[in-house]
Amino acid sequence: MLDLTTKETVERKALRINPAKTCQPIGAMYAALGVHGCLPHSHGSQGCCSYHRMQLTRNYKEPVMASTSAFTEGASVFGGGANLKTAVKNIFELYAPEIIAVHTTCLSETIGDDLKTIISQVQSDVPAGKYVIHANTPSYVGSHVTGFSNMVKGFVSYLSVNSGHKNGKVNILPGFIDPGDMRELKRILSVMKIDNILFPDTSGVLDAPMTGTFEMYPLGGTKVMDIIDAGNSKLSIALGTYSAEAAAIELEKKCKVPMKTLSTPIGIEATDRLISELALITHKAVPCSIEEERGQLVDLMLDSQGYFSGKKVAIYGDPDIVAGLTEFVISLGMIPKFIISGTPGETFTREINAILTTNEVEGAVVKSAADLFELHQWIKNEPVDLLMGNTHGKYIARAEDLPFVRVGFPILDRYAHQYFPIVGYKGAIRLIEMMSNAILDKIDRTCAEEDFELVM
Amino acid sequence: MKHIIDKVLEKYPAKTFKNRKQHIVIKKQDDDVLKITANTRTIPGMITNRGCCYAGCKGVVLGPIKDMIHIVHGPIGCSYYTWGTRRNKAKTEPGGQNYIEYCFSTDMQESDIIFGGEKKLREAITEAVEIFHPSAITISATCPVGLIGDDINAVAVWAEKLYGIQVLSFNCEGYKGVSQSAGHHIANNNLMKSVIGTGTKVPSKKHSINILGEYNIGGDGWEISRVLKKIGYDIVCVMTGDGSYEQIKNAHTAEVNLVQCHRSINYIAEMMDTKYGIPWIKVNFIGVSGTIETLRNLALYFDEPELIEKTEKIIAEEIAEIEGVMQFYKTRLEGKTAFIYVGGSRSHHYQTLLNDLGIETIVSGYEFAHRDDYEGREVIPDIKLDADSKNIEHMSVEKDEKNYRMILTPERYEKLEKVIPLSKYEGLFKDMKKNTVIIDDLNHFETEELIKALKPDMFFSGIKDKYVVQKMGVTSKQLHSYDYSGPYAGFRGALIFAKELTSGVHTPAWRFVTPPWKVEPLLEGKVVGGDE
Repeated sequence: MLDLTTKETVERKALRINPAKTCQPIGAMYAALGVHGCLPHSHGSQGCCSYHRMQLTRNYKEPVMASTSAFTEGASVFGGGANLKTAVKNIFELYAPEIIAVHTTCLSETIGDDLKTIISQVQSDVPAGKYVIHANTPSYVGSHVTGFSNMVKGFVSYLSVNSGHKNGKVNILPGFIDPGDMRELKRILSVMKIDNILFPDTSGVLDAPMTGTFEMYPLGGTKVMDIIDAGNSKLSIALGTYSAEAAAIELEKKCKVPMKTLSTPIGIEATDRLISELALITHKAVPCSIEEERGQLVDLMLDSQGYFSGKKVAIYGDPDIVAGLTEFVISLGMIPKFIISGTPGETFTREINAILTTNEVEGAVVKSAADLFELHQWIKNEPVDLLMGNTHGKYIARAEDLPFVRVGFPILDRYAHQYFPIVGYKGAIRLIEMMSNAILDKIDRTCAEEDFELVM
Repeated sequence: MKHIIDKVLEKYPAKTFKNRKQHIVIKKQDDDVLKITANTRTIPGMITNRGCCYAGCKGVVLGPIKDMIHIVHGPIGCSYYTWGTRRNKAKTEPGGQNYIEYCFSTDMQESDIIFGGEKKLREAITEAVEIFHPSAITISATCPVGLIGDDINAVAVWAEKLYGIQVLSFNCEGYKGVSQSAGHHIANNNLMKSVIGTGTKVPSKKHSINILGEYNIGGDGWEISRVLKKIGYDIVCVMTGDGSYEQIKNAHTAEVNLVQCHRSINYIAEMMDTKYGIPWIKVNFIGVSGTIETLRNLALYFDEPELIEKTEKIIAEEIAEIEGVMQFYKTRLEGKTAFIYVGGSRSHHYQTLLNDLGIETIVSGYEFAHRDDYEGREVIPDIKLDADSKNIEHMSVEKDEKNYRMILTPERYEKLEKVIPLSKYEGLFKDMKKNTVIIDDLNHFETEELIKALKPDMFFSGIKDKYVVQKMGVTSKQLHSYDYSGPYAGFRGALIFAKELTSGVHTPAWRFVTPPWKVEPLLEGKVVGGDE
């Protein structure tokens, strides 16, 4: 397994090996699927759309509907305006979405297609009350996380309006998390009786039930009218600097909705911050049921601490998720040793270093725009006790016989993850279950027979 | 059937209607001679299953070659999506390198797009050489590379000179052609130009073969090789499943090319015939009857009593091993109907296997085939090249005087081509039964409408439509990835397929789709407040 990965590290400036990121458009497609009645549209070659649909489907085991401008060499020379016009006409006739969310690709960005102008030119083919919006998502900037962020911002730019009628709601921008996480956020908000607009919302879309019929547009997703109305909310809370903040800033700029950025609520501390913030909004005590969940989590942390204490962890993935996990493993008494993100940007290293400094953790290696090849090399030089990240890490886990917890995007080789959260106290409880199982399974698998324990 | 198709088509806008109706044909009679439009542009907005030129070149043909470093020059996505996703399994050769678990990209950033990416590509090659010392490298171009004019061919020449290894460049930008097919062609051309025939192996004495267009999805190639080796064939190389650069270099030493996936590799088969005198046979290792027929054809090709006898002996052995269980699965599947839509050849091959199991295919189609894959190779001279096809180089080769061998005498050739598919592929249409539909470049709309109208018992396609159709209550299997199982080829593979298909059709979960309270009243009792 990964036999050609050398222990000796060589500095690389140009060659990316085994990336910990992919390109913007897939994030944009995922975000657009979180809007009810929306058909994501990829403005580029057919392959982009195909690849993104495939990978999202592999992740969620659900239909992922999206269309493409199907660029050929001609379109690449003359521009893709005519392709998009044809596409819009066909899509509304055949697939009748409420809204088409166009994202660009490296192809349409490189030739400089002006989507704003093209979209204004296709309005005659847009039925009354329906929308075509776009986001620029060049594949050569940022990562899939950037694409998600840009698409959410794109919806705001095109749709949200401050009509002057306050709706008394709170906008929650959940960032790039799974349907199970979005569902959990909605549950918490409902328990705390906070009238909200969660946007986007892929629950009910990418975890849709089997009913015997295919729904092109499943029941879930944020309604377009709610995105419009988001301009009238009293506050926006963005959960994550990388994947959620941009849309909240846009809402503030465009609609004067005040905003606040919090971390993705992974682990006890980040969830505490969210719940405290929400309690401030309601001016009420935190509901007993939430306190009960928190108490259960703390109970579990105490019960299981012996298996976590002092263990070294390597964490990789998307910045907002990795930040949450880093803070959480510290609260479990673990030592985050290698913390990387494939997504470029100094904000990540700044955020992680702040967490490490606050908690007086020393000797950790933190890097953005990193890849799994170098992470593996570091682990070869300094072994860790636990590896946490998306499916791609399974090769490293096997090569080095590491306990491995699948968390983040994508998870291609396990089932049912889209139904369960990693956010909130419940999500933290689930993370502890997964982490302790991984660690205990390895002990059971590798210990001497005389050390094999009935009770652990 | 015509009524059903008309109903589907009538919902299209006028221009789209005109286009799509040329891609859908109904076989009314068994001897119908049909014509179809294929390998033309997909209409934007249709929700096609098609991918791009890069996917066909790097994703399909080059990616499985395990002992080369495949560097994708472009933003990260294109390389990322072809990383481990096509299930072309590969084992490391003794002393060899295996890069199948790795993903290499130049991860182009905005500044590379603005100022050009050649420098970064050069650096990437240098780093790859320093870290891995590969015996060869490929460079695949993605969309922006062609647009900004990076000269990957010049970089390849530079790297070859500097590092003394082969560095092959492929201008397979995603926008070229109309589907993956263009990419197959581009990959074929350069493998033929630069790799095949460069090895130093001396042609072996007997029964040496190449297997072309076999990508070892789920280990298909290994199952095929197991049987072929048992009979006594010497497999020189497989293109490209579990493929080896070192072995492909010696492909010219084989005595015959077996062509499994006609669409993706027929160019190499043709060119090797012209250049080295190696004839090709169209084979089909999918389905027990297909495998038997192929093995017999191959034995006929060499025409030695001993080989023919050995072939029959092995066939009998293999059948004995699976017969009883196959028969059981047949009783569970017989009489069912299938809808099959795969890339370029599987939609044809798998009908043999389905037929063995008593399943009738009522709709089939290809994602990126050309007319010859439907109508047979004899139609090739009549195919008019459009602008998209003309942009793909049509390479022609000449006889290689040094390596050309007369493997079959003209007399023998003439005799053989009457009994086996020698340099011949008769296409999908011929094997479709009457009252069936054949669709080119199927889209989501047509899929949904036809599933509703025809209610097939099973659907075979890829990951993008698997769950769509499953939600409609029809068991759905991926024939690109075999639902992460396999092999499905050969004798043992057929058994695995039959077993999994049976479980897909009969899994208890189907019984629970409708909740019990939707079928019968939940509570029995009196209506309160009514007249007693």
